[in-house]
Amino acid sequence: MAAEYLAPGSALGGFKIEKLVYTGGMSTIWSVTREDMTIPLVMKVPRCKNGDDPSSVVGFEVELMILPKLTGRHVPRFIKAADFPHQPFIVMEDIPGGSLDEQRTEAPLPPDAVATIGAQVALALHDLHRQYVLHLDVTPANILFRKSGEAVLIDFGLSRHDQLPDLMAEEYQLPMGTAAYISPEQVLRVRSDPRSDLFSLGVILYQLTTGELPFGDPRGMAGLAMRLYHEPSPPRALNKECPPWLQEIILRCLEVDPEQRYGSAAQLAFALQNPDQVALTSRADRVKRADLWTGFKRWLKYQKSGPIAAGSVARHLDTVPIIMAAVDIQPGMEALSDTLRQAVQRIFKTEQNARLTCVTVRKTPLVGLDLGVDSKGRNLHIQSLVSLKHWARALEIPEDRISFHVLEAPDPAAALVAYAKSNQVEHIVIGARSSSTLRRFLGSVSSQVVAQAPCSVTVVRVPHADDIMRSDATGYAGHG
Amino acid sequence: MRTAFFADIHANREALEACLSHAELYDINRYAFLGDLIGYGADPGWVLDVVRDHHERGAIAVLGNHDEAVSLPIPNKTMSNEAQYAVDWTRSRITTAQTQFMEKLPLTVEESDSLYVHANAWAPGDWEYVVSVTEAKQSLAATLCRLTFCGHLHHPALYNQGIADHVVPFTPVPGVDIPLVPNRRWLVVLGSVGQPRDRNPAACYTLYDSVRNMLTYFRVPFDVEAAARKIRAAGLPDWLGARLAMGV
Repeated sequence: MAAEYLAPGSALGGFKIEKLVYTGGMSTIWSVTREDMTIPLVMKVPRCKNGDDPSSVVGFEVELMILPKLTGRHVPRFIKAADFPHQPFIVMEDIPGGSLDEQRTEAPLPPDAVATIGAQVALALHDLHRQYVLHLDVTPANILFRKSGEAVLIDFGLSRHDQLPDLMAEEYQLPMGTAAYISPEQVLRVRSDPRSDLFSLGVILYQLTTGELPFGDPRGMAGLAMRLYHEPSPPRALNKECPPWLQEIILRCLEVDPEQRYGSAAQLAFALQNPDQVALTSRADRVKRADLWTGFKRWLKYQKSGPIAAGSVARHLDTVPIIMAAVDIQPGMEALSDTLRQAVQRIFKTEQNARLTCVTVRKTPLVGLDLGVDSKGRNLHIQSLVSLKHWARALEIPEDRISFHVLEAPDPAAALVAYAKSNQVEHIVIGARSSSTLRRFLGSVSSQVVAQAPCSVTVVRVPHADDIMRSDATGYAGHG
Repeated sequence: MRTAFFADIHANREALEACLSHAELYDINRYAFLGDLIGYGADPGWVLDVVRDHHERGAIAVLGNHDEAVSLPIPNKTMSNEAQYAVDWTRSRITTAQTQFMEKLPLTVEESDSLYVHANAWAPGDWEYVVSVTEAKQSLAATLCRLTFCGHLHHPALYNQGIADHVVPFTPVPGVDIPLVPNRRWLVVLGSVGQPRDRNPAACYTLYDSVRNMLTYFRVPFDVEAAARKIRAAGLPDWLGARLAMGV
């Protein structure tokens, strides 16, 4: 079953072998072509001699199960595969942009660059998690970039699909992963928590920020287990350029307890895309690693900890959505904004770990100059922000799970939809004014949002309200 | 080749009808009925006619313990009182031709790399259940076939064995295609059509596409109230109807 006969110019499975791109311990990668295919392709061929190398065989089987099920911009497109007992291979789209491994060598990178890269990888992970897959081997070498800047995750040999048998589960007694990046729970052989990928991404962010690995590159079980009780040096101790918000994000990703990390990759991406909204805790102030006593207490906790209950990606993601409240804060809309708040409150009663983003749109003129101040010279943006925060106060949502945004745009509905798309919002709650002939004729903001939103939308109305005949030209509520 | 598998129908016409009509969406080439066609439910004659008709047109059918019990002269000691009562009731409601069709069913059918059996591969006529990895290992060790399809447990499950010999259990998610990776051996435990016991009252049947190597478990809702009403009207124990609504 060895693939030694493969050489440039030979053919396999209808593909012409062009050249050897990579030789690794588990597989070789060839660039290949097929007449009917215009996109660049690579063929991955597992290295196994007569099936006596279980790790490469199982890794290949896992990838063969998972890759064909994945879709979207954040994974290479699957083309064709062949399995044992014939010469096995997987052909997929080639992503020519290079891997994060190349940028890693240039670390430390500026904070903005780290945040941009991190947000792209987090978005890719969220897309993967939404498809029921945990990567479980997030390393710089397994992250590629499209020319557009989107991150692409590759190598699903250690991955787990929530809805398929986990071929890796019983196969090995040792933790499976890459030593420098593996999460503490993977060290304990738990393979069911999507937040494991956030830990690994945290290691990458740490490395890009400081040029160093937070837990080194250990060999052996004792070395791997160190990360369960040994806190890394805070990034700012190694790179003074690292701002507190970035340290906050990185150390939150590196929390030993998955519950203390971000709830989802989307929430992490949100933080990296909105540094000014990161709620700083004691993590941001840390200047040195924890003392020996704290380390000892953690070690005790590790010794006592039993196996962590296995979860499910799908169930977990359902509990940590980003919810967006589109609030109309104009005077006269109090009844509607009160109803909207009640609706949000009801949602948060069941969605304990959700994150709320409160958004309002300040409509700017399509033509002409927007001075951004009212007749008394007061800053309209700040006024809107103050009103928005006041609206949300009664919700009593902790600071680290709420954020506020004033969008300025001539088309409120388009601005709300664009915001929801770029911030991975999973549920929009928006108010609708009561119906009127004019609005029915002109259409309304909420109906436009319902039609164009990338996610679920709840439209809220004031029950039995009198039909307030206001012009709809400035607000963005309307009949939904 | 697409095969639709139905196990543990247990004389439930409503459930079988729902599954057969669901399967019509999938361009099925062959049907397989893996035992326990009767027992518990109120429509043994109708179910036997449907299965016999499919069998005459090439469907696979194997014997289950309830099917066997109908022809046994003495009560089967391994059966619960309710099950035995239902078997005795069934005996009086089916024709000689229907009984003879059941009696002639084989315990196993084997073809190329697949084994079809009601309970397990190591002793098909002893009716022991595959409830965990231990029995799954025992069953996989008893056959050279790469794929084993069985029923009997009324809980859908899927076991696989890799080159390292470990057997990995899995609870299938309805409607999700599972690739049966060729380098592994698989034991497919079908759910029950007519009396699911995994707290999901929907009927379970399974599709296997041998070209794509893809296995899919389906759950199909059926008119539980009608099936339960008929059980009561037939004078069968009330509980046999009530449990259908609970999926236990």
